[in-house]
Amino acid sequence: MKQEQTKHRPKRYGMVIDLDKCTGCGSCMVACMAENNVPFKKDESDKLLSITWMRVYKITNGKSFPDSDICYIPRPCQHCAGQHEGHSPCVSVCPATATDYSRETGIVSQIYTRCFGCRYCMAACPYHARYFNWWDPVWPDGMEKYLNPDVSPRMRGVVEKCSFCFHRYQAAKDKAYLEGRRVVEEDEYQTACTQACPAGAIVFGDLNNPDHLVHKLVKPDLKNGGRPRNPEVFRLLERLGTNPKVYYKSSRQWVRKAGDNYLPGEKPGAVIQKSHS
Amino acid sequence: MDSALIPEGVKRCPTWKFLLALAIAGAVLLWGVVAMLMVWFKGLNQTNMNDYYGFALWIWADLAFIALGGGAFFTGLLRYIFGIKELKNIINYAVLIGFICYSSALLILAIDIGQPLRGWFIFWHANVHSMLTEVAFCLSCYFAVLCIEYLPLVLENRQLDRVPFFHNLSHNMHETMAVFAATGAFLSFFHQGSLGGVSGVLFGRPFSFRTGINVWPWTFFLFTWSAAAYGPCFTLSITWLTEKISGKKLVKDNVVELLAKIAGWMIITYVVAKIIDTVYWATVTAPSLGFKWTFFYSNNPLYGKWILLTEIVICGIIPGLLLISGPTRRNPTTRIIALLLGVLGVSINRWVMVLQVMAVPVMSFDKWVLYYPSWQEVATTLLPVAYGVIMILISYRYLPIFPQEAELNPVDSVSASDGVELEDGQQDEKEAQTDGQAVPAEA
Repeated sequence: MKQEQTKHRPKRYGMVIDLDKCTGCGSCMVACMAENNVPFKKDESDKLLSITWMRVYKITNGKSFPDSDICYIPRPCQHCAGQHEGHSPCVSVCPATATDYSRETGIVSQIYTRCFGCRYCMAACPYHARYFNWWDPVWPDGMEKYLNPDVSPRMRGVVEKCSFCFHRYQAAKDKAYLEGRRVVEEDEYQTACTQACPAGAIVFGDLNNPDHLVHKLVKPDLKNGGRPRNPEVFRLLERLGTNPKVYYKSSRQWVRKAGDNYLPGEKPGAVIQKSHS
Repeated sequence: MDSALIPEGVKRCPTWKFLLALAIAGAVLLWGVVAMLMVWFKGLNQTNMNDYYGFALWIWADLAFIALGGGAFFTGLLRYIFGIKELKNIINYAVLIGFICYSSALLILAIDIGQPLRGWFIFWHANVHSMLTEVAFCLSCYFAVLCIEYLPLVLENRQLDRVPFFHNLSHNMHETMAVFAATGAFLSFFHQGSLGGVSGVLFGRPFSFRTGINVWPWTFFLFTWSAAAYGPCFTLSITWLTEKISGKKLVKDNVVELLAKIAGWMIITYVVAKIIDTVYWATVTAPSLGFKWTFFYSNNPLYGKWILLTEIVICGIIPGLLLISGPTRRNPTTRIIALLLGVLGVSINRWVMVLQVMAVPVMSFDKWVLYYPSWQEVATTLLPVAYGVIMILISYRYLPIFPQEAELNPVDSVSASDGVELEDGQQDEKEAQTDGQAVPAEA
């Protein structure tokens, strides 16, 4: 196994979401919930209690007609690597190692059966990408038959979040192994939200692989925590040093600026990221 | 009825009064237990916490109780390691209050977790990089130390003390208490610190994030320091309250003034460090992350600059100055005002470092979210308070908590040879007699 890891370059699975293409239709949210057996309640009016691994935010430029503009920002777990690989905001604080960072894939996992529900990871995540199961899941009559057998439902009292559909990666690896291959092709492992997006706004793949579309779009600066070289691409809260693997693309400057916080007079491109390590 | 259990040479209120007080505190306790069972059996949906407020009232109570219980380790350090002998007259009570605070904190943690039956995972699957792991280990170990420190006091109960084994055990434990005090101070440094680290390491939360030394953010040191500064304030405040309720002087003024003076200097030095920390955070850390410090205190209905001023000036600088200044320290009114302000100050600090951290939006398109606790949260937070009252009622009645009590409150020769439980009429009569007697001069 060790030999395999050294022979094959580790992957850094990531996502690029083109905000100029996103229409805010919510297909990604629906697909995610169905794919991952995300529980829901009869009354979902309190969004602070809704579990949405993928959540679409709506933002505006604050201007009035005819200059007004809106943008939808889909927000899955950002699968942060932190300042040094694996020092994600959540992984570093979980007291029971119930959330882990894979150096093989770059995916931040959540071990539901180990989580004891302290919610420290939720406090640590600036993206609010982590959700707590305040209730046990209750499925409408008959819906149990439609649950995804590859994803374990979660019980009350544990935290859950987007896994980049990790079960699909496992299935793709199994398939490749059975076919005598070691490499999982780009189209063999795609997340549910990527496939569901009717506008093709979401692109998913290995950021370390120059052949993958995500790499071509982002042109990640691997020596600088994967910061995008493409000037239209940005990450949410880049300045915090979370080093996420979800990238956003927009031709609109106000959208790119909304991705982070700036002091008056600061220009997004001119800000140097500080190190926290 | 229970006079055989009451320490020698002191008097206690009639049994009915004691039982009535127990019943009142017990009712609150029962209310808390009902809420606790609801939370355990129905889940954390019984609270008003949500996905923005993963940490809320309980974590604040936890942090506040632990800070307030800091009087135990710090007084122990002063008494046994620095050899300040006067403090032997208040160390028992400091230990008892610490014991109550820490056991309460552990109970709240057990209620707060979503899967209580998996609570042991924090030890079994420990992530050594997590501040919460450090909290769990140090807190548990220090609670064990507090049990060891409290045990000899329990064994000094009149009836238990008659058993030679208990008598000798208690005596020998007293002899070795310096070792436990040192261990307690060492552990406390780390668990108080790691509680500060819990919020300080959150580099995704610019309001609480702090730089620091190596893996320890400045909040690590500030929490330890503030617990040592404000913990004795709580010990002295509860002592004052106990004196008021019992209608007796229990600790001599020189002891109170000495601890108050030490607390005052600790507060002043802490506040200086806190101001430096706040200024550095406001002018360097927060701006480097894209935030003006004023952002954290605006555009919401609760968290204004007033809270920062209250914590640092009204509940920091003012009590510090009142306690280091001789005249105001010796004046019982200004002293208790300073002590209560100190208790409030550290509680506000812990509130801010938990609740305000959760309230502040980080993503530019996010919003402030405020929170109010459910009755179940309030009841389970009052549960430890009621438990603490009961512990104090029982301990004060049956254990020689205050070594100076008998000297300060002499009873007549008939009853002095034995613990006395007085009936109402008798008690008034005795009080009238003792009021006429001169209280022995202070050492």
